[in-house]
Amino acid sequence: MSVPVSISLLVNGEPIDAFVLPRLNLADFLRENLKLTGTHVGCEHGVCGACTVRVDGEIVRSCLMLAVQAQGASVETIEGLSDSGEVADLQAAFRERNALQCGYCTPGMLITAQDLLKQVSMPDRQAIREHLSGNYCRCTGYQAILDAVEATAKTRAERRA
Amino acid sequence: MTATHAPADTLSVLDRPNSYIGKSVPRPNLDRLLQGRGQYVSDLELPRMAHVVFLRSPYAHAKIVAIDAAAARRMSGVISIVTGRELEDVITPWVGVLSHLKGLKSAPQHAIAVDRVCWQGEAVAAVVATSRAAAEDAMEHITVDYEELEAVTDMRAALDPATPVIHAALGDNLAFERTINAGDVDLALSESEVVEADFVFGRHTGVTLEPRAVVADWNAAEARLTIYQGTQAPHMVQNIAALHLGLREAQVRVVCKDVGGSFGIKVHIYADEMATYALSKLLRRPVKFVADRVESFNTDIHARDHRCRGRIGVLKDGTITAFEIDDLTGIGPYSMYPRTSAIEANQVVNLVGGPYVTPNYRARARVVFQNKNVMCQYRAVGHPIACSVTEGLVDLAAAKIGMDPVEIRRRNLIADDAYPCASPSGMKFEQLSHHASLTKLLQMMDYDALRAEQAALRTRNVHRGIGIASFIEVTNPSAAFYGVGGARISSQDGVAVRLDAQGSVICQTSITEQGQGSESLTAQIVGSVLGVSMERVRVILGDTDNTPYGGGTWASRGAGIGGEAALQAAKALRKNILDVAAAILQSTPTGLDIVNNSIVNADDGAPRIELNELARIVYFRPDTLPPGIQPELMATRHFVPRQYPFAFTNGVQASWLEVDTETGFVTLLKHWVVEDCGTIINPQLVDEQIRGGVVQGLGAALFEKCIYDERGQLTNANMADYLVPMSGEMPDIEIGHVVSPTLESELGAKGAGEAGTAGAAAAVANAVNDALRQFGAIITEIPLTPQVILTALGRI
Repeated sequence: MSVPVSISLLVNGEPIDAFVLPRLNLADFLRENLKLTGTHVGCEHGVCGACTVRVDGEIVRSCLMLAVQAQGASVETIEGLSDSGEVADLQAAFRERNALQCGYCTPGMLITAQDLLKQVSMPDRQAIREHLSGNYCRCTGYQAILDAVEATAKTRAERRA
Repeated sequence: MTATHAPADTLSVLDRPNSYIGKSVPRPNLDRLLQGRGQYVSDLELPRMAHVVFLRSPYAHAKIVAIDAAAARRMSGVISIVTGRELEDVITPWVGVLSHLKGLKSAPQHAIAVDRVCWQGEAVAAVVATSRAAAEDAMEHITVDYEELEAVTDMRAALDPATPVIHAALGDNLAFERTINAGDVDLALSESEVVEADFVFGRHTGVTLEPRAVVADWNAAEARLTIYQGTQAPHMVQNIAALHLGLREAQVRVVCKDVGGSFGIKVHIYADEMATYALSKLLRRPVKFVADRVESFNTDIHARDHRCRGRIGVLKDGTITAFEIDDLTGIGPYSMYPRTSAIEANQVVNLVGGPYVTPNYRARARVVFQNKNVMCQYRAVGHPIACSVTEGLVDLAAAKIGMDPVEIRRRNLIADDAYPCASPSGMKFEQLSHHASLTKLLQMMDYDALRAEQAALRTRNVHRGIGIASFIEVTNPSAAFYGVGGARISSQDGVAVRLDAQGSVICQTSITEQGQGSESLTAQIVGSVLGVSMERVRVILGDTDNTPYGGGTWASRGAGIGGEAALQAAKALRKNILDVAAAILQSTPTGLDIVNNSIVNADDGAPRIELNELARIVYFRPDTLPPGIQPELMATRHFVPRQYPFAFTNGVQASWLEVDTETGFVTLLKHWVVEDCGTIINPQLVDEQIRGGVVQGLGAALFEKCIYDERGQLTNANMADYLVPMSGEMPDIEIGHVVSPTLESELGAKGAGEAGTAGAAAAVANAVNDALRQFGAIITEIPLTPQVILTALGRI
């Protein structure tokens, strides 16, 4: 139990080799070992969504996944998605619409919203509400977030047209 | 630069050319939060930093017989294990009372319990280790021998002489009592129809997404403590930490960068935070404490928890003749320090009946101790209780005389031209706009069409309801809130503004940012007054070493008090800039203006000199200035309201919802708010404050409740069991405004942060009762869970 295990993975495209205790969760690994503070810890039991990251393209709650389970995987955090520019338009829409106040839920919201927009190009408001319904925001009342995601979907559709 | 160039002094600062005031400009500095590059305290790491976890009592009330930490002390990574007795030598206990709340009593509270624990979750020992995991491992090897004592949980039973007294030295479990008796309530009620009800409000809590977090760093060489803490009131923390650690304020610095949610939860100082400061001093190294979610539920202040018996008198023509309330609230085992836990009950008796012309008002509030977590100020302190009781009674009165809920309000709300005036409880109102707000609300929601839709759907067994709630809101608190009672919680705020050597502006303010937009509103005001574009204004806040002394951000005071200080500081700097510009340009200060980062002619707007050039001359070639000119490109101003102890705002909310009478589930369909917060600096930020507040109120109305069992065990201390509003259940919220600026300040801004929370639950409760009226069910309890609704319907 207390013997560190060797893991190799990609984090935001960068190869990482580390020794971690088997009990270390992915969120703590990203935050404490890699100093990537964008992945936030809110509830520590998979309810709030603040720790959402992408593992091999799928969104996961990094507080519910062990670091050792990420062996060989590609993990993307908000820092990586910001630097690659993949969510730049979504971030701009959030900024424009004031779709964040304290900002603590925001990385998880952005990653979850991007996940939806990758699956459905023009989700209606109810679909956005449902897709984001695992991500807790205590500040905004959600409407601004919905507006920002909806606006991004529209801009992307126009860009494709 | 399309604006006309009237002489600068004839223009108000609110309508200067290129003013940002009243515009929905995006908040500066959002990018760091959007990229996950914010600086929350939970992210902070310092060299040699240790982590503390607290061993917490599993009992609500117990004697600590013995603590055996010998095995834990030997474990890998453990630096120290400290008990309450040991920590007493470093930090003194405190008593949470204020002198203006006459009779308020509480017992000395320790940073870590000594001898006895009084609620489930009170810390009995601190484990400090090189990592949090190591500290948690060691914690499991500490054994505590407890002798369980009887727990006082029910707030009604707390006052029964047969119930044990939690703090024997206090004599009984009554912490505070206040009564008001205005007019002649008995006479008024004897001549009226009387309706009465018992209103029950669940205990709930803030659930900030980032838990409380603090890093305390005692530098033994400098004899200085730096406290990094997500707090709403840095100078208050500085004062309290210094006081109890035996330091001067100058030896304590409080730094507060990004804060992951606060809502009043982080305006208090908690025992475990005090313990963390003390541990750093004791162990001479940085110590970090971050509450985990279970700790948050057990130790973040809880809120509300009232039982309030209310009566209303009404005449057949709809005239409300009297309000009477008897409120009981449970605050846990201690009055919270330093703001006390009596403020909420005090607010309730101050605010009930507030929007209405009713000279007859009788109120009693009693605040009692219990063996539960501490209850204290949370967003919209007392407002939801006062609003729910008042508006619930008004709707019951309307139903009693068969009058439309809107009509009874029209007949009783204080007239918009009746100000200034005072409420029966003595609250002074400068200018409110109940009628204009109600009229606007009815237009926005198309009240008549909704009533028609409601009637049509009822024939199809679909039960929808409309709920209306008028409210008043306390904002811009003066020293009457805390200072008058002896608390060193500043009611004024200060702003320092300076022009740097490249013509940009640096602004230091004592208000803080937790996402409301304090940085933005400060930059908007300063940029507008100085004629400098917002991108060139940098705002520094949340650092007691680097900001003027002030109260911080709570009770909706940031814009109204901090904003006015920013405005006045910027005006003073503007004058200094124009003085030196006049000297450089051989003009007069009144002949010049600042627009778009340049000095221009006041009459024709022609550019004369850019600010960066002016700054270059002042800072690098002052030798070229005329003799005797010593420009001060920095100015500081402070502001506190004096004429009115609070800037009251007002508003009205409406809820449109559907009740499933088979399942008891409520579906929120739409919510409307009209709010009058005076001058609006940034409409988008104001609207989002209101929306966020509404959703917190909706949470209280439908979901949120801290559920205790009879032994004082909190049974739903996690996010899976304590329900909060999520995006799937929330309606769209439409916001409208009426604008009555306060004349107490040049800016005219009142607060907007509590409004949403103040009235949302009342609107929902009234709408549910409206939907269920035909079934004869009346519910005066929140949260309105399916169980409560089905019980009222007689289905379970």
